[in-house]
Amino acid sequence: MKKSLSMLLAGMMLVGTLAGCGGNTASTDNAGSEDGSTASGAAFKIGGTSPLTGDAAIYGNAVKRGAEIAAEEINAKGGVQIELKFEDDENNTEKAVNAYNTLKDWGMQLSLGSVTSKPCEAISTDLNADRIFALTPSASSVATTEGKDNVFQMCFADPNQGTASAEYIADQKLGTKIAIIWKNDDVYSTGIHDKFVAEAEVKGLEIVSDTTFTDASATDFSVQLNDAKDKGADLVFLPMYYTPASLILTQANAMGYAPKFFGVDGMDGILTVENFDKSLAEGVMLLTPFNADATDDKTVAFVTKYKELYGEVPNQFAADAYDCVYAYAQALEAAEVTPDMSAEELCTAMIEQFTSMTFNGLTGENMTWDTTGAVSKSPKGMVIENGAYVGM
Amino acid sequence: MSLLTHLINGISLGSIYAIIALGYTMVYGIAKMLNFAHGDVIMVGGYMCFCATTYLGWPPIAGVLLAVVVCTALGVVIERLAYKPLRMAPALAVLITAIGVSYFLQNAALLIWGSSTKSFSSVVTGDPIQLFGGQLTITRVTIVTIVACVVIMVALTLFTGKTKMGTAMRAVSEDKGAAQLMGINVNTTISLTFAIGSGLAAIAGVLLCSAYPTLLPTTGSMPGIKAFTAAVFGGIGSIPGALLGGILLGVIEIFAKAYISTQLSDAIVFAVLIIVLLVKPDGLLGKRVSEKV
Repeated sequence: MKKSLSMLLAGMMLVGTLAGCGGNTASTDNAGSEDGSTASGAAFKIGGTSPLTGDAAIYGNAVKRGAEIAAEEINAKGGVQIELKFEDDENNTEKAVNAYNTLKDWGMQLSLGSVTSKPCEAISTDLNADRIFALTPSASSVATTEGKDNVFQMCFADPNQGTASAEYIADQKLGTKIAIIWKNDDVYSTGIHDKFVAEAEVKGLEIVSDTTFTDASATDFSVQLNDAKDKGADLVFLPMYYTPASLILTQANAMGYAPKFFGVDGMDGILTVENFDKSLAEGVMLLTPFNADATDDKTVAFVTKYKELYGEVPNQFAADAYDCVYAYAQALEAAEVTPDMSAEELCTAMIEQFTSMTFNGLTGENMTWDTTGAVSKSPKGMVIENGAYVGM
Repeated sequence: MSLLTHLINGISLGSIYAIIALGYTMVYGIAKMLNFAHGDVIMVGGYMCFCATTYLGWPPIAGVLLAVVVCTALGVVIERLAYKPLRMAPALAVLITAIGVSYFLQNAALLIWGSSTKSFSSVVTGDPIQLFGGQLTITRVTIVTIVACVVIMVALTLFTGKTKMGTAMRAVSEDKGAAQLMGINVNTTISLTFAIGSGLAAIAGVLLCSAYPTLLPTTGSMPGIKAFTAAVFGGIGSIPGALLGGILLGVIEIFAKAYISTQLSDAIVFAVLIIVLLVKPDGLLGKRVSEKV
């Protein structure tokens, strides 16, 4: 099987050379050992797995749309050419691995990883073994990048979100008695919680209530909210995705408890839940690197285009994905690589570029990456007012 | 005071488990099968009511009625198409079919209504009731849920105890073959059981989504599993057992969260279940049926 595949690839390369589609620098030997990840076109093949359906579809579709807008703009400029492909992973680890294999068969040279943490952790091991470089827009857990020299993040890593949230709350004096409700069967929520607690201690924030839930108990939050209320918490920190968060807001309202709510990037999307009473989210704060109301040219152009195409304001995920594609374009140009290089060659070149370059995007100025793959940029505080995000 | 708050929340959560558990228990008691698709019928009920009230602008009561009618029909159709042909098949085949139906319903809902979370507007409106100078707040959904649960339990007990159809159900439950010899139409009786069970599922779905207002294609699965546990806890096949099991499960879950640990609550709930089953293998109110050789 493997042998016949390498023969086939070698044959294709040969035909390619004979037909004069020149510029092929990759040797036939190399093509054989790459098992299908060698390119044949003039564009870089960038693939990503993304929850296009399922409970995280809001993120998945935002990422796909943001990336497509960026690719279109870059291709129109005529320099580096990019071909994008997304496969649905339904926010499920097994499906993500299958989707990743489909992308590999397609000939993916560079990856956008996965949109959500758990699937991205699953495929990042494969990405590392297959030597395909990945830059995930939004999979923020530490395990995504840990021990993998070729997996990078555009979003904050979870611990950084926890630390940054605690710092922000303390610096802006948003609350003194803090309650945390977190999801202890989820790596994203756990990671943020742990770092938040550590940083809160440093900053002198008092955590009066620290309660959890799991997938199995993500319906009733009366106990957690009563605990926070009884202990006099004036700010409730919600490191979780928006679906349980919307339930918490509804139940807090029903019991007449109105503290400040503070969320992280997973809260982004709460306003797009169908039939959700937006007045419940009034005053909810969240830390996100992207502000759709910003007035700089880049943001305005992106937001206008996104609204035109999809009829809604892009969230942080769309902006992260847009930045990912632009960061790739910048790195590819600087590295002077060509689309006919193998994924492994590109991987080496990209690691070198990303650890040395500085990138300015929608989600931050002067972004840099260290060798662990984590990004360094500064977050912006946002608050929901009149059913829209407003910068604080 | 917080004890009372937790107790009321526990009873409210438990009442929803109990209504779902009643459906499991009815079907198990009469058809001797575990209908794992029951949880997903709940979800369909939730979506029906959501569509009627949000898209069509119907009043909540009409939404509830539509949910009940659609779910009742769905229950009968599922029974006819998926379970009836397997009446003589081994129990395992029926069980696997039920799991298949469950996945079918979830994925059909995913196709029809999409994957994004929908926020359900409660069918019970009105401000929460404040007691003891605002120290104790009870939402109206809680009251409606508890009342509905008790009413349904009493009605079902009377139905199975006093009516001709109910007597037929009990006869089928005791011995299918003998019931048939006595002139009872076993197939109609089982269909009726599914109709009642699925109608209850619709009510449970509406109440579940009113109390916890998010709607996803997987909304019914976890409460379904918890309610199945409640049915076993109370003694599967017994109607008062389902009520007792459901309410106890809800109260234990909330108390374990409130007084022991939010992290360990589910472990505690299921540890209690294991202990009860070790002491009383038929559940709290289950009947011990001795095998005659």
